[in-house]
Amino acid sequence: MEPIEQQQPAEPIPEVDFAWRRVQLARHPNRPHSLDYISRLIKDFQELSGDRRFADDPAVVAGFGYFDGRPVVVIGQQKGRTTKQKLHRNFGMPKPEGYRKALRLMKLAEKFSRPVITLLDTPGAYPGVDAEERGQAEAIALNLREMARLEVPLIAVVIGEGGSGGALALGVGNKVLMMENAIYSVISPESCAAIIYRDAGLAARAAAALRLTARDLLELKLIDEIVAEPGGGAHEDHDRAAALLGEALRKALGELEGLSPRELVEQRYAKFRQMGNFFTTEPGD
Amino acid sequence: MPWFSRDKPRVAPEPGEKTVRTEGLWEKCPGCSQILWRKALEENLDVCPKCGYHFKIDAVKRLKLLLDGEWQEHDRDLRSTDPLSFHDAVPYRQRLAVMRQKTKLPDAVISATGSLGGRKINICVLELKFIGGSMGAVVGEKITRAIERSLAERTPLVIVSASGGARMQEGAVSLMQMAKISAALMRLDEARVPFISVLTDPTTGGVTASFAMLGDLNIAEPGALIGFAGPRVIEQTIRQKLPEGFQRAEFLLAHGFLDAVVRRHDLKSFLARALDFLCGPLA
Ligand SMILES: [Zn+2]
Repeated sequence: MEPIEQQQPAEPIPEVDFAWRRVQLARHPNRPHSLDYISRLIKDFQELSGDRRFADDPAVVAGFGYFDGRPVVVIGQQKGRTTKQKLHRNFGMPKPEGYRKALRLMKLAEKFSRPVITLLDTPGAYPGVDAEERGQAEAIALNLREMARLEVPLIAVVIGEGGSGGALALGVGNKVLMMENAIYSVISPESCAAIIYRDAGLAARAAAALRLTARDLLELKLIDEIVAEPGGGAHEDHDRAAALLGEALRKALGELEGLSPRELVEQRYAKFRQMGNFFTTEPGD
Repeated sequence: MPWFSRDKPRVAPEPGEKTVRTEGLWEKCPGCSQILWRKALEENLDVCPKCGYHFKIDAVKRLKLLLDGEWQEHDRDLRSTDPLSFHDAVPYRQRLAVMRQKTKLPDAVISATGSLGGRKINICVLELKFIGGSMGAVVGEKITRAIERSLAERTPLVIVSASGGARMQEGAVSLMQMAKISAALMRLDEARVPFISVLTDPTTGGVTASFAMLGDLNIAEPGALIGFAGPRVIEQTIRQKLPEGFQRAEFLLAHGFLDAVVRRHDLKSFLARALDFLCGPLA
């Protein structure tokens, strides 16, 4: 791609401010992570480990428990808050074993007719030598295809950073929700800025250009619903944020309750099939 | 990025000798650094006769290589509506127009029905020259329709990938094409209609992490770069040079992610034999 002459934003642009604020909130150090929601919403959560192939991936937490008294499987990307935790969780960047663990537990849920809730919060799949050696691309691809045929309700919630294919690998839901200040994007604003402006410092502008906020995704018909957050953002009140997410999950699960396994697969398929109907027909050349 | 590197002629003309335009007649091989005569290279399917290096070829050449004769093209009239109103160095719409003019293609994939070794197949070939073979809504829709066509007709599907992944200019819309195509492949899988994925140089990002890795057979050309993250991104992460051969087809074969690495000369016969096996021999 050709470079652009470096342009400094002359004055604040409302869309840029809005988008960049969402990026900052989605990455806020005190923002509730998967385990913060799980501890508040899931009773008797039992974590389950390992992909039965290679290893356990601490960047993905998964297990069973009870939501509103009903048994569910919960799978979430986990970032970590302290430096030590962050390193342990690899900053929430899963390796293939994380995606394979997630798939294993989705299949477990399906076998015993339990709904699945996934919580998406990752800067992206880990771009490292070991991840490539073990088939990062294959792991993500397989999840996308297998989620499409899962015969139990699957609700995906972007709770923070929806980082590209690494997030989508848990995101093929019957319902896809986004927290109010979460983001979902094909590329990080920094990488996008580095490509189109040749300056990662212009990430705020790139964030607006990418249309990655919950509002944008809803408008583009790529998600079903926005989950409200407490006034200044979920980081200000974890309990309140969890309660609001709980309400949204309750509603979503309720709406899927009457559907047969076949209908669940059909509903999910129809939803993703129409995504991105942004083309016209122009015959002639 | 130039498609083929064009070296200046190495031999200076003798004084008085008529100067001829030699640009484009010669090609330096990235594999062995030999200077190759363009025509000889083309006659050898754009594979270096000296070292076997596989040059990139465009989608039309690929179709000619794999199909018996003419093909019927589908969905040629689909155009992106620029869902993000994206603007980088130039507005995305303008970039698309320029690309269309340059490549004579409507977007980064050709979807066609043709015959391979006498057998009817549906085939999609990604075009790297069109915004890096990237996948936006049009590419996603055309591939999904090809899958649906294969499903309805029970015709085998071949997808030849050459792509940097999802198309940034269409943001999350392009991201969701990964899910859309993979879901359609689930249906093809359930119906037991064969899908063979051919990965060529380079295949990375959201294309590898969706349909390119979901073939009943995943095969690649020698030396093709294949991965999720691009090598430069990985180098930045680990702050080390990557080992020689990392993310090349042979590396993926050794790590268990490809069924075979197949030379370009053998690709068509490989596909014909594979389809014979999967569908039963032709009557
Ligand atoms: Zn050579």
